[in-house]
Amino acid sequence: MDIHEYQAKEILSSFGVTIPRGGIVYSPENAENKAREIGGSKWVVKAQIHSGARGKAGGIIVCNSPLEVAQATDKLLGKKLVTNQTGPEGKIVNRIYIEEATDIEKELYLGLVFDRSSESIMVVASTEGGMSVEEIAKEKPETIIRSKIEVAVGIQSFQARELAFGLGIDPELIARASDTIIGCAKAFSELDATMVEVNPLVISKQKQILALDCKMSFDNNAMFRRNKVSELRDKSQEDEKEVYASDRGLNYVSLDGNIGNIINGAGLAMASMDMIKLAGGEPANFLDVGGGATPEKIVKAFRLITMDKKVRVILVNIFAGINRCDWVAEGIVQALEKIEVKVPLVIRLAGTNVEKGNKILKDSKINYIEASTLEEAANKAVAAL
Amino acid sequence: MSVIIHKDTKIIIQGFTGKMGTFHAEEMIKYGSNIVGGVTPGKGGQKHLDRPVFNTVKDAVKNTGATASILFVPPAFAADSAMEAADAGIKTCVAIVDGIPSHDMIRIKRYMRRYSRTEKMTLVGPNCAGIISPGKSMLGIMPGHIYKEGRVGIISRSGTLGYEAAQQMKNLDIGISTSVGIGGDPINGSSFRDIIEKFETDDETDAVLMIGEIGGPQEVAAGEFAKENMKKPVIGYIAGLTAPKGRVMGHAGAIVSAYGESAIEKVEILKDCGVTISKNPSVMGDTVKSVLEKM
Repeated sequence: MDIHEYQAKEILSSFGVTIPRGGIVYSPENAENKAREIGGSKWVVKAQIHSGARGKAGGIIVCNSPLEVAQATDKLLGKKLVTNQTGPEGKIVNRIYIEEATDIEKELYLGLVFDRSSESIMVVASTEGGMSVEEIAKEKPETIIRSKIEVAVGIQSFQARELAFGLGIDPELIARASDTIIGCAKAFSELDATMVEVNPLVISKQKQILALDCKMSFDNNAMFRRNKVSELRDKSQEDEKEVYASDRGLNYVSLDGNIGNIINGAGLAMASMDMIKLAGGEPANFLDVGGGATPEKIVKAFRLITMDKKVRVILVNIFAGINRCDWVAEGIVQALEKIEVKVPLVIRLAGTNVEKGNKILKDSKINYIEASTLEEAANKAVAAL
Repeated sequence: MSVIIHKDTKIIIQGFTGKMGTFHAEEMIKYGSNIVGGVTPGKGGQKHLDRPVFNTVKDAVKNTGATASILFVPPAFAADSAMEAADAGIKTCVAIVDGIPSHDMIRIKRYMRRYSRTEKMTLVGPNCAGIISPGKSMLGIMPGHIYKEGRVGIISRSGTLGYEAAQQMKNLDIGISTSVGIGGDPINGSSFRDIIEKFETDDETDAVLMIGEIGGPQEVAAGEFAKENMKKPVIGYIAGLTAPKGRVMGHAGAIVSAYGESAIEKVEILKDCGVTISKNPSVMGDTVKSVLEKM
């Protein structure tokens, strides 16, 4: 689960990370007042969407008067921002963060992620803040320093100090920089985060260490014990169909193609998408109804796929294990009694009681194309386009 | 003797009396697995499915001599249950449950470092289908009848894709020595490398089929191990050719976030390691067959 910049800043601030003064607003009037309240003579108006690279997309505007702040807010609110991370459909701006401008002396990079090789939390830092970590790794890999956190005891002061000295920070600022790194590490561990990124972490001309932009992501599997964090979810930033799916216990990812998929199991779903591609088609989605593929889930899956206007063929591929094909077939028949499907439908059943399952489908009134192997299913789906 | 489990392996069910635990315990008993009892805290002393229920794993181990367990407990309590099993002297623990927080998985693995290599429990999963040695024992939730007895080892992240492979092989009359589902989570108990190493020393296995997917370093690590240390042939398939970067594809671990984690990159690296690649998921069985014919 992703959250907004301002939410990440509030969290990190509560863990001792210094952030510039700012506040969230929902209207131009609000924005103007907020700018006066913050004070100073220069402000930054920042569109809050779940994406990086907002600056290049026009989502960050520097203003020199409260009136300009109001105008910039008016311009951004309700707008769809398209960045290199949002996809062509972009993301809608519903919230604006107003922040005092910072006199930047130096921009640094600080990130924390799960490292799957060492199965621990890795702190990654670089003197080249302001660009993405992928760009840093490509263009200035020699500037990257890392430190592995032993999760049983948490980050140690010496590790934070080593990182801070490694970033070439002045001796009088080392303590502040260490506190910042430790704060981020604590937030990561205590809130079940999967990613914390401060980019840039800046040293201001006034010798402050400030988190200028922050991102945090959290482990969906841990949200049952993180009520406060889960309240920060903003569904307006997620794909409408993906929200519909996740609310109904389906694993769904919207894609650009036109062959809709209903499959049980994540691995089989990916494999089926691969087969569609090899057969010359493009999948419209990834959809895993779960290994069990219950009739209720199948009804929900059909409802979801038929919501997708770009779908021109639907491919159902179920490998029944403990659940049986006859039961799955009944689920499909039930689903199609409730939901009208106007596009060609290819169904492949395999596994336990496959003959019974296919017989139920044949004896029903549903109009479909039968396939017996994964390859045949993909080929027939592409041919039906 | 097959790897990890064999015909007489004594198995207990953690979360025995719950709906999931009961259903799958019955399936395993039908298959012929030696289920000797189970654990549900607070229900110790009762009988369930004609077998004793214990309050703690320690009690169950002491009274039944169990060496293997399978977890059917909700994700919030799964880490605790896995550590309890390790501490009670269980040697093989399969965690079926999907949804254990990653921070908990790290905690389990750190906890298990307190045991020496010989005493350490093998944890398989979470978010997996479990282990089956066809004709001998099933410590999992797979449909046992699609697995034919034989001499090929399977390691798969995905449950249903593993079934697909077993079915394709059965149709070609190829049998399986043991199939291990290692699960779709980013941090898991046993990696591809951990299991492939066991297959290399198993005298009932002639070749290994590894079914991987996008995300993480494990498939490549296993490929590199195979290149350096294995005499038995390895066949591989990697799912997720069409998966977009940075998106989670159902399995929490199926996400391309770094170099070398996409399907195309993994396939190239595995080829360099001498792994025979199944070009698509429809020919996993055929690819295994062609490798066996060359042996």
